[in-house]
Amino acid sequence: MRKFSFGRYALPVYSVLAFVYLLIPIAFTFFFSFNDYRRSNITWRGFTLDNWTSVCEAQGVCAAFATSISIGLISTLIATTLGTMIAIALVRYRFKFRSTISLLLFLPMATPELVLGAGLAAQFFNFGVEMGFTTIVIAHVMFCLSFVVVTVKARVASLDPALEEAGTDLYGSPSQVFWKITFPLLLPGIMAAALLSFALSFDDFIITYFNSGPTETFPKFVYTAAAKGLPGEANVIGIGVFFLAIAIVVTIQIRSSIKAKRLAAMK
Amino acid sequence: MAIAAFGHATGSGPGHKQKAPGNKSAKVALLLLAPGLMYLAIFFVAPLFALVITSLQTVDYSTGFPVYSYGLEFANYVNVVSQYGEQIGRSFIYAFFATIAALLISYPLAYFIGVKARRYPLLQALMLTLVIAPFFISFLLRTFAWKQIFSNESWIVTTLQSLGILASDQYLVGTPFLVIFGLTYNFIPFMTLPLYTSLERLDIRYLEAGADLYANPRKVFRKVTIPLSMPGIVSGTLLTFIPIAGDYVNASGLFLGSTETAMLGNVVESKFLKSYELPTASALSVILMGAIMLLVTFYVRRSGTDDLL
Repeated sequence: MRKFSFGRYALPVYSVLAFVYLLIPIAFTFFFSFNDYRRSNITWRGFTLDNWTSVCEAQGVCAAFATSISIGLISTLIATTLGTMIAIALVRYRFKFRSTISLLLFLPMATPELVLGAGLAAQFFNFGVEMGFTTIVIAHVMFCLSFVVVTVKARVASLDPALEEAGTDLYGSPSQVFWKITFPLLLPGIMAAALLSFALSFDDFIITYFNSGPTETFPKFVYTAAAKGLPGEANVIGIGVFFLAIAIVVTIQIRSSIKAKRLAAMK
Repeated sequence: MAIAAFGHATGSGPGHKQKAPGNKSAKVALLLLAPGLMYLAIFFVAPLFALVITSLQTVDYSTGFPVYSYGLEFANYVNVVSQYGEQIGRSFIYAFFATIAALLISYPLAYFIGVKARRYPLLQALMLTLVIAPFFISFLLRTFAWKQIFSNESWIVTTLQSLGILASDQYLVGTPFLVIFGLTYNFIPFMTLPLYTSLERLDIRYLEAGADLYANPRKVFRKVTIPLSMPGIVSGTLLTFIPIAGDYVNASGLFLGSTETAMLGNVVESKFLKSYELPTASALSVILMGAIMLLVTFYVRRSGTDDLL
C-alpha cells in the first residue's frame, strides 16, 4: 500500500489546501456581509450588523429574492412531475425510439447554457412573446427536466417490481398501487430531484438573463448591482441560503445514516 | 449533481430490465412520456432551429434603423467570424486552459477522497459536501468575492506590486489570467465529482498487481490509474469545458474581465440584449453549439467511451 502514496503527507496536505481554495470565496462573502459598505462593497470599511438587521433595506434585493423563490418552486413542481413520469416510463416500459428519446434527454445537459438561453429567447422574440415571470419559468422547467429524469430514474431502477405485484395481488387498484406503494418508495429520489431542480433554478443566471424581460431575480439583481456596487445585503441573502442548503444536506445525510444503521441492526 | 447525471446516462444501455410490452402498457408509456417530451420539443429543440433561422436573417438599413426579415443570409456567418474571430478563439482558448487547470487541481483531490479516504465513509461524505459547497452559494456572489479578493486595492495586488511582480499601474482584475482563474474555480466541482466517481470504483488490487510486476509508482499511475479513471477524465473535461466555453459572467467587465478578455458569450449577450442584433448573436450561438457538438462527438469517439451519448 505505502508504495503507492505520493509521500505520506503530501496528498492530505494538498487536499486541505484545495478545500481552502474552494471555500475562500464563501468565507469572503460571509465577511463582507458585515462590511459597513457605503458605495461599493469591494473594500473593507469596518464592521457592522446593519446588513443583517435590515436585509430588505437595499432596494429591490428582497423582492428579487422572493421572485427567485417563487420561480424556483413553480418550475421545480412542473419539472419534477414531468421528469418523474418520463423516468418511470423509461425504466418500466419498452417502446420504439428509445435511444432517440435518451439522446433528447441528454442533449439539454450537454448544451451550453448560453445556447439554451439565446435559442429560447430567439424563439420567444420571433413569436412576439413578452418576456417576464412566465418565460423564466418555462426556461427553468426546460433545463431542470433532464436532471430530474436522471435522478429519479436511478431510484425507479432500484425499485423491486415484486412489491407492486404484491399490491396488485392484494386487490389494489392500479391507482392505489401507485399512490400507496410506488410513490412512497420513489419519494426519496423525487425529493432529491426536486432539491436539485430548485437549486439549479434558484442559481441560474445565464439562461434567465436572456428570457427575463423586466423581471428581476436574485442572480440578476447581483449582476446588475455589480456594476454600481453590490450591497452587503445581497451577501447576507447569499450566505443565508448557503447555510440553509448546508443544513438540508447535513440533515439528509444524518437521517440516511441513521436509517442505514437501523436496517443493519434489523439484520 | 450534474455529474451523477452523466454516470447514470451511460448506464441506460439496452441491457436494462424491462417488462414485457403489451398494448395497454404501450399506451401508458406514451401517456407518461408525451407531456415531458413535447415540452422538450417545443422549448428545447424548436429554439435550436429558431437560432439557426434567426442567424440567417437579412438586414435592411434603408429606413435608417435595421429591419430584419427571414432569409438565407449565409454571409452573416462570414461576417461574424471575421468580426468576432478574436472573441470566438478566446472562448475556446480560455476554456482549454481552465479545463486543464481544473483537471490538474482536481485529480489529486479526487484521488484522495476516492481512494485514500475509502476506509472512512464519514470523512468521505464530509469532503464531498465540501467539494459541492461552492454550489450552495450564488455563482455570481462567488465570482464577485474573487473580484474583492483580487481588487486593485487588495493586499494581494499591493504586495505583488511592491515585490515588483506587477508594475505599479498593473492590476489583476481585467487580465486573462484572472478570467481563467475564475472560470477554473467556478466549474471545478464539475471536474472533481466525475473523477471521484471513477476513482472511487478503482480496484486497488490492480495497482498492487502493477507494483508486484516491478512497476515504479510513477509507472503504475501512468499505466494503471490513469487509464482506469479515463471515463471520469472524459466526462469531467466535457462537463467543465462546455459551460466554460459559453460563460459570459467571469469575462465580463463587471466581474473579473475587461473588454480585452471578452469571450463569445459576452458578444452574444451584448448583441442580443443591448443592441438587438439578433442575427449576429444567433450566428455566434450556432457556431458555439456546432463546435461543442463536434468536440463532444470527436472526443467521445477518440476516448472510446461511445456509451456517453
